[in-house]
Amino acid sequence: MNIFVDSAGPLLEALGTTVMMAVIAGVAAIALGTVVTAARISPIPVLRGLAFAYVQFFVNVPLLVLLILAVFALPDAGLLLPLTPTAIIVLALYEAAYVAEAIRSGVNTVGTGQIEASRALGFTLVQSLRLVVVPQALRAAVQPIGNVMIALTMNTALAAAVGVVELTSEANKLNLVEAQPILIFTVAGLIYMALALAIGLGAGRIEKRVAIKR
Amino acid sequence: MASSPTGTSSSTSAGTATAMVQLTDVQKHFGSHHVLKDVSLTIAAREVVVVVGPSGSGKSTLCRCINRLETITSGTIAVDGVDLPAEGRALAKLRAEVGMVFQSFNLFAHRTILDNVTLAPITVLGRSRKDARAEGLALLERVGIADKADHFPAQLSGGQQQRAAIARALAMKPKVMLFDEPTSALDPEMVSEVLDVMTSLAGDGMTMVVVTHEMGFARRAADRVIFMDDGRIVEEDTPANFFDHASSPRAQAFLSKILPH
Ligand SMILES: Nc1ncnc2c1ncn2[C@@H]1O[C@H](COP(=O)(O)OP(=O)(O)OP(=O)(O)O)[C@@H](O)[C@H]1O
Ligand SMILES: [Mg+2]
Repeated sequence: MNIFVDSAGPLLEALGTTVMMAVIAGVAAIALGTVVTAARISPIPVLRGLAFAYVQFFVNVPLLVLLILAVFALPDAGLLLPLTPTAIIVLALYEAAYVAEAIRSGVNTVGTGQIEASRALGFTLVQSLRLVVVPQALRAAVQPIGNVMIALTMNTALAAAVGVVELTSEANKLNLVEAQPILIFTVAGLIYMALALAIGLGAGRIEKRVAIKR
Repeated sequence: MASSPTGTSSSTSAGTATAMVQLTDVQKHFGSHHVLKDVSLTIAAREVVVVVGPSGSGKSTLCRCINRLETITSGTIAVDGVDLPAEGRALAKLRAEVGMVFQSFNLFAHRTILDNVTLAPITVLGRSRKDARAEGLALLERVGIADKADHFPAQLSGGQQQRAAIARALAMKPKVMLFDEPTSALDPEMVSEVLDVMTSLAGDGMTMVVVTHEMGFARRAADRVIFMDDGRIVEEDTPANFFDHASSPRAQAFLSKILPH
């Protein structure tokens, strides 16, 4: 166990980077995903088309490819950003597509009957979205969004491949010195599991609080 | 226009036949499918019209066109003398004057029963929360579910949900109430509690269009029965005349299927 004590400092710092990437990219992905869904269900065909293309693009290109493109191709195009922010932006853009799908599945749980009833009562489209559709869609989307957040946290490990010093790359570095892969990566894996568990529990609590009484 | 919580038109005295709903030469297509054909219909204030007809004859479409949930291909529809515009804010306002009750209740699942009733008056009419709640509670009292005010829709029986839906529509003080098969989704033992509310509403002078195959209700509460077939109004008469001696063969064939022998 001594090997962890000796390098506790860098490991904690790396874990901090992992958590920071997950939190910032997660918040950004939820915000962007909501905007994409709004465009996706809007009555404006151009917005709907753009949102559809956005989701299709990010769902059908591997994250690693996007990360490598962003880290190696963007500087060539004259866009210079430090590594970690670049990875956070790519993660946020990528996971936003999945958040959008999660929210859209929530929207689909709101029956057309309720939307029709709100129209019959004289609600405008915006009122109907704000008071009837969105509140119910978000409630139904809590668990699916939680799952996207877990996937996002796991995906931060891919940033190691483009040189970001987060938990996985720090574990890898430690292993090069200590040569104890099973021990080191088991511990790293347990830390990821703990993060996933925390997110899952958090989503479960939020869901309980906002659940529609049945 | 001043009106009591029942939506009873205060300017119309019983017996005067002011047109509350007027359809003139209405045509409705879904793509190439001609669903309403040359429909002309005048419904007086305080009149209760029951619409019957075989499945697919256009009864629901007729209701949905009257408050423009569906657009019509041609013709005009006027409510209380005002032509319904095609879309936009003016339409939303006019739509609020026509209450609609659906077969599947369509209550807002995430809101309490009282919130369901007050949401539209607060949002659309700009009523204060306090007034809306007081009126909402009175309406729930009237339909017999005041004790369910703080429950959520899924906690109510079908009959209670449908009565809540009626209260929700009444909260807008509509000039006309449309009912599209309001009891078809209910267990038999809950049908009468909903019909009783509708009968009392009719007795209070509400103008009503009711799609239903509940002949008891039609005989009790309707002034007129309209028989639709294949998108056309084929026959109209008083309930007694229609059920006992319908004149068209199609209406007779229809009645022989739905009436107990
Ligand atoms: N949104 C729609 N798109 C296309 N066709 C439709 C639509 N709504 C209804 N129709 C068609 O219009 C015709 C009339 O339908 P409508 O629902 O008005 O009949 P109905 O008399 O209410 O029947 P039911 O007794 O089964 O409720 C039917 O042939 C139906 O298939
Ligand atoms: Mg129908």
